[in-house]
Amino acid sequence: MSVELKDIIKEENIVYKKTPVLTDNVMHYCPGCSHGVVHKIIAEVIEEMGIQDKTIGVSPVGCSVLAYNYLDIDWAEAAHGRAPAVATGISRIHRDRYVFTYQGDGDLASIGCGEIMHACSRGENIVVIFINNAIYGMTGGQMAPTTLLGQVTATTPYGRDAKLNGFPMKLTELLAQLDGTCYVTRQSVHTPANVRKAKAAIRKAFENTRKDKGTSFVEIVGTCNSGWKMSPVDANKWMVENMFPKYQLGDIKDI
Amino acid sequence: MAEVKLMKGNEVIAEAAIRCGCDVYYGYPITPQSEVMETLMARKPWEETGMVVLQAESEISSINMVYGAAACGKKAMTSSSSPGISLMQEGLTYLAGAELPCLVVDVVRGGPGLGTIQPAQSDYFQATKGGGHGDYHLIVLAPASVQEMNDFVGLGFDLAFKYRNPAMILADGVIGQMMEKVQLSEYKPRWTEEEIEKMSDSWALTGKKAHRSHNTITSLELDSYKQETFNHKLQAKYHAMEENEVRFEEIQCEDAEYLFAAYGSASRICQKAVQLCREQGIKVGILRPITLYPFPTKEIERLSKQVKGILTVEMSAGQMVEDVRLAAKFKIPVEHYGRFGGVIPTPEEIVEALKKQIIGA
Amino acid sequence: MTEEIIIAGFGGQGVLSMGKILAYSGIMQDQEVAWMPSYGPEMRGGTANVTVILSDERISSPILTKYDTAIVLNQQSMDKFESMVKPGGVLIYDPNGITHEPTRKDINIYKIEGTAIAVEQGNPKVFNMIVLGGFLKIKPIVKLENVEKGLQKSLPARHHKMIPMNIEAIQTGMNSVEVVNQL
Repeated sequence: MSVELKDIIKEENIVYKKTPVLTDNVMHYCPGCSHGVVHKIIAEVIEEMGIQDKTIGVSPVGCSVLAYNYLDIDWAEAAHGRAPAVATGISRIHRDRYVFTYQGDGDLASIGCGEIMHACSRGENIVVIFINNAIYGMTGGQMAPTTLLGQVTATTPYGRDAKLNGFPMKLTELLAQLDGTCYVTRQSVHTPANVRKAKAAIRKAFENTRKDKGTSFVEIVGTCNSGWKMSPVDANKWMVENMFPKYQLGDIKDI
Repeated sequence: MAEVKLMKGNEVIAEAAIRCGCDVYYGYPITPQSEVMETLMARKPWEETGMVVLQAESEISSINMVYGAAACGKKAMTSSSSPGISLMQEGLTYLAGAELPCLVVDVVRGGPGLGTIQPAQSDYFQATKGGGHGDYHLIVLAPASVQEMNDFVGLGFDLAFKYRNPAMILADGVIGQMMEKVQLSEYKPRWTEEEIEKMSDSWALTGKKAHRSHNTITSLELDSYKQETFNHKLQAKYHAMEENEVRFEEIQCEDAEYLFAAYGSASRICQKAVQLCREQGIKVGILRPITLYPFPTKEIERLSKQVKGILTVEMSAGQMVEDVRLAAKFKIPVEHYGRFGGVIPTPEEIVEALKKQIIGA
Repeated sequence: MTEEIIIAGFGGQGVLSMGKILAYSGIMQDQEVAWMPSYGPEMRGGTANVTVILSDERISSPILTKYDTAIVLNQQSMDKFESMVKPGGVLIYDPNGITHEPTRKDINIYKIEGTAIAVEQGNPKVFNMIVLGGFLKIKPIVKLENVEKGLQKSLPARHHKMIPMNIEAIQTGMNSVEVVNQL
């Protein structure tokens, strides 16, 4: 007796189901990239909290510029670095909405440094998801503010040199100093355990919005295996060995 | 009839915003228009109409906050002066590219660079030709009185929403700082959430509902052919504005043999120059463009068949004169007289310029 | 009727508010009005001036180089505006601090000891109203009752108790103006 696919794919056999908040669009992210996992856990949090009709996302310029194709919520696509200002603009007139920005390290820590500082300083009632993979992904692997010393990128072909390029920036620790932030944490999504922790952090951030507590800031240290020119497995290993000592995981502020 | 008040142009902008049902003002201080936000903060409209007012950390942030609010279908505005408007150009091209309505007030001062805080009209090109990158236009209204500062706030929002395009009020330090008699508009309530959904649910970020797919506000289109199609759509919109929205005023043109073309405060100074000219027997009128984009090209072409020459008078080195020359198709002399860098031309200078550059030439 | 006026002096002399009260008085008698101040850093303790226009018709330029009346309250303003009075026009000045008296013969010149009177009365705040009174004596373009209404409009309610004092100062000014040169 042969077992057919239709006999296996049944409601009672389902152990995992994609959240409907994720669309069916095929993601453009490279295999091994962290963006897809982070998108998924945000979508799951939105579904679990039942806030799909009240959530507005703000996507950046960078690899995640097209995030609006993947999460089935209303989105605004912002100019480079300006997502926290756009989110402020929305949140201030919609106090009952869940507004979040989704930004990479170039967008948030470089060109958008002013906007994120002041949004956090004002304590805008928003969630900020900050993807730190220490490189500019979309433009082809140039140096980011978070690029490590010695790290080779398209614009630091001999490795980042502090004299020439300055030091890697720990913006998350800086933002934790601002009175407007209520929750600042650094997470990763390279193991199932870390995915669960990251998801719990994002859930907490959205709950903070519900409680009108101020700005919640979730950094996810991620990989860019294409930009780093590594296999996904090697990229995860490199991240653990090189990124985590500089960008230590865990809560920095929680009030 | 509403009460007549004596108010500064800048204060009137604030008052008119509250009264026309504006949802939010985001701004950053800069002379000579800081009274706009100061007046709003003192008036506390959030207690009265629910209008939100927020001081941003920069003009870059103000215009992007406006982008966020506009994306939600709200009536959002900002105001600034020339150097601040330069910083907003990025945001403005994104607003135009994402087809978002909003109102921007530019109380122009002399440039380039930090320039002067005194009045100027040297940002005509920036306002009317796009200003940022890409093929786009703002709807540009040029008030010549404090009353028009009141009237154009409501009109600016109406046009912005009609075409889903940013609108600009291009004033200057004279109109902003001057007090005149003004009849303020009657209060209009802010749109309710239900009204916004009824009007704008097809595009605005009102929250994803079961009955519709999610809305996205973006100016990104990676497929060149789709981007070209979108650009055609924008151009069709601008063409419709050129057909339907041109506004202008003719002053003493019936018997005019010569014409001043001037907008905003320069048109006021020209009115004095017309008086002086007519005392000397020179028959001159004024064509005052009220919309600088769309520009009254046809009206100037018509008048160019009546008059012997046109003098444009601008507080700039000569910007609108290019559009006037194109409208007159180079068939009659079109010359420019301007003072700039914050210097305001006098009526007597303008009369002399007309005699020298047009009548005597 | 169109009256084009420049009021010029030091910041703090009440130049701008004098202009504002005059403009409000014009509104009270259904006239068109414009009030155009100088603005910017020169206002910080330096000179301040304001153009005020009252007219029965639509007002053209708020920027002028010739005035029907110049009200001059310091030497810098005398230097700048004496020459800008239309022939046959009016120049009114407070001699306090004036080192070079006006010399034109083709205009009507009046002086008013506004500073001296205000100091004498121990109330420097009404200085500008004394000067306004002097102007209204020479050019009664607005009725005193409309000035009173104008004061009510331009002053916040908490200052309305000061209106009688201001009206009194205007009347004092009306009785204190002296002819220097009359055509």
